[in-house]
Amino acid sequence: MALGVTLSWLILIILIPLSGLAWRSSALGWGTFWTLATDQRTVNALRISFGTAFAAALINVVFGVILAWVLVRYRFPGKRIIDAMVDLPFALPTAVAGIALTTLYAPNGWIGSLLAPLGIKIAFTPIGIVFALVFVGLPFVVRTVQPIMEEIDKEVEEAAATLGANRFQTISRVLLPGLAPAVLTGFALAFARGVGEYGSVIFIAGNLPYISEIAPLLIVIRLEEFNYPAATAIAAVMLIISFAMLLIINMIQAWSRRRYGYGS
Amino acid sequence: MEVRVQNIRKEFGRFPALNDVSLDIRSGELIALLGPSGSGKTTLLRLIAGLESPTEGTVYFGNEDASRKTVQQRNIGFVFQHYALFRHMTVLDNVSFGLTIRPSGRRPAKADIRKRALELLDLVQLSGLEKRYPAQLSGGQRQRVALARAMAVEPNVLLLDEPFGALDAQVRKELRRWLREIHDRTGHTTVFVTHDQDEALELADRVVVMSKGQIEQIGTPDEIYDTPNSPFVFGFIGESNILPVRVENGQLWIGDRSIGVSAQGEADGPGQLYFRPHDIELLDSSDGCITGLVTVTRRVAGTRHVELDIDAAHSKVEIELPPEKVTSDHSRIAFRPTRWKLFRD
Repeated sequence: MALGVTLSWLILIILIPLSGLAWRSSALGWGTFWTLATDQRTVNALRISFGTAFAAALINVVFGVILAWVLVRYRFPGKRIIDAMVDLPFALPTAVAGIALTTLYAPNGWIGSLLAPLGIKIAFTPIGIVFALVFVGLPFVVRTVQPIMEEIDKEVEEAAATLGANRFQTISRVLLPGLAPAVLTGFALAFARGVGEYGSVIFIAGNLPYISEIAPLLIVIRLEEFNYPAATAIAAVMLIISFAMLLIINMIQAWSRRRYGYGS
Repeated sequence: MEVRVQNIRKEFGRFPALNDVSLDIRSGELIALLGPSGSGKTTLLRLIAGLESPTEGTVYFGNEDASRKTVQQRNIGFVFQHYALFRHMTVLDNVSFGLTIRPSGRRPAKADIRKRALELLDLVQLSGLEKRYPAQLSGGQRQRVALARAMAVEPNVLLLDEPFGALDAQVRKELRRWLREIHDRTGHTTVFVTHDQDEALELADRVVVMSKGQIEQIGTPDEIYDTPNSPFVFGFIGESNILPVRVENGQLWIGDRSIGVSAQGEADGPGQLYFRPHDIELLDSSDGCITGLVTVTRRVAGTRHVELDIDAAHSKVEIELPPEKVTSDHSRIAFRPTRWKLFRD
């Protein structure tokens, strides 16, 4: 019964739309699909989407882990507020975030106007996209790593210290390896979110074709041109790449889980 | 190695956890810190380890002042109640950890580290499990890994914080005996914290009884049990009865009767009589004894526990009798303590 419900729900919600996509793209024929998928504008858009999402996920891993650590281990006034603020990117409509970030980083914005004289441009470049994706992806890393960190006993650190480990050795050999599976999950989630992000990016990206145009936006553009085959082709490529990357990450995770003996 | 704790005071915020505690631990000794929770026993252990630093006072390892050394420099072995194993490492890696992180000058060769770790696993009877991860072991096995890990660094002193506290009764008893064996074989100076008096009395060479941040008594298990030096120790270790009495002309009185116990040299006035349920003799006469009405009798293994209402003192005591001695409820029993201690306010 439970299995039946799960399966039918999965089929209804995920499998049917995806197979629809596969069916539409297969109807294109291999030659057409290939021409559409290797179109220079499409390739650039895909590269920008995956590249910025990857960079943003990496940045989020570093700072998300640090932020989670501070939230788990330190007591300071306003801690609960900061903890709640982490979820803001979850709750905020992404368009609002996009507009806010654009106002900040545009050449005439608060931060942008300070950077402009130095020749640094953030808004309307891929860097701006990364900024937006860092914003929306942060809670994914923090919220996956935090509960695992809370589980790490202070005693484990003390045990390492009594055995002679200095702070650096304790972090690099005891704490971080123990967190690796959770960090990887957080990375995967932030990355996946970044690849699919639309609302916050289109405001700050400037959407210059070939330079700062993301793949989801290109799909919308093609749809508006009633160019359904091109839209389908881009979507199919995104699906394949995303699926492959998540598969790889899952495999690494399963391997590390086996190795580290979690989950038993 | 000898460990000396001198006039240690430790405050957490403004709350004193330890108050002027001094303790000499002899080399090779197995010593128990026993006390109720909040007595400061774990704090004392952590101070010796260097996991806490004292507000005042000094810790010596041998003749060396260890107070200035960090926990890393003290070279101690510490075993935690909840094992604190590194769960992403195999059993072998856990045990080797302390040696592999040494700076290259003091680090043994890889093969030697492995050999030593395997020897220790053999000592703690876990041979063949070196490739397992902690999650794949039982609680008792995890604690043995933790002990092997602590011993790998050849510690100056082995410190165990409620090492059997998280284990079930059966495993606990087994490990208790086994820890004694390991200690006798390796000869490490060992201090362990426990709130379980059976554990302390059975296992330790000497027991340190602590209460409210102070040491109440230090002694062998026999001394602690047979000659407790304070009402706290008497009440905390083993079973005990307390009766309010009065000293008059070197005799103890309850109400208007003498109980046939002489307290020569004690000044006249009130006091508390402490005695253990099994340190009594039954009497036939009703002169010079304590009498009470039987309220409840219970058979507990090899003895019969009898609860008495001591009417003259308005209090209850429990005595232990041989099982063949059958008493009916509401019958009257006369007895006299054979071993006792009088505490005056």
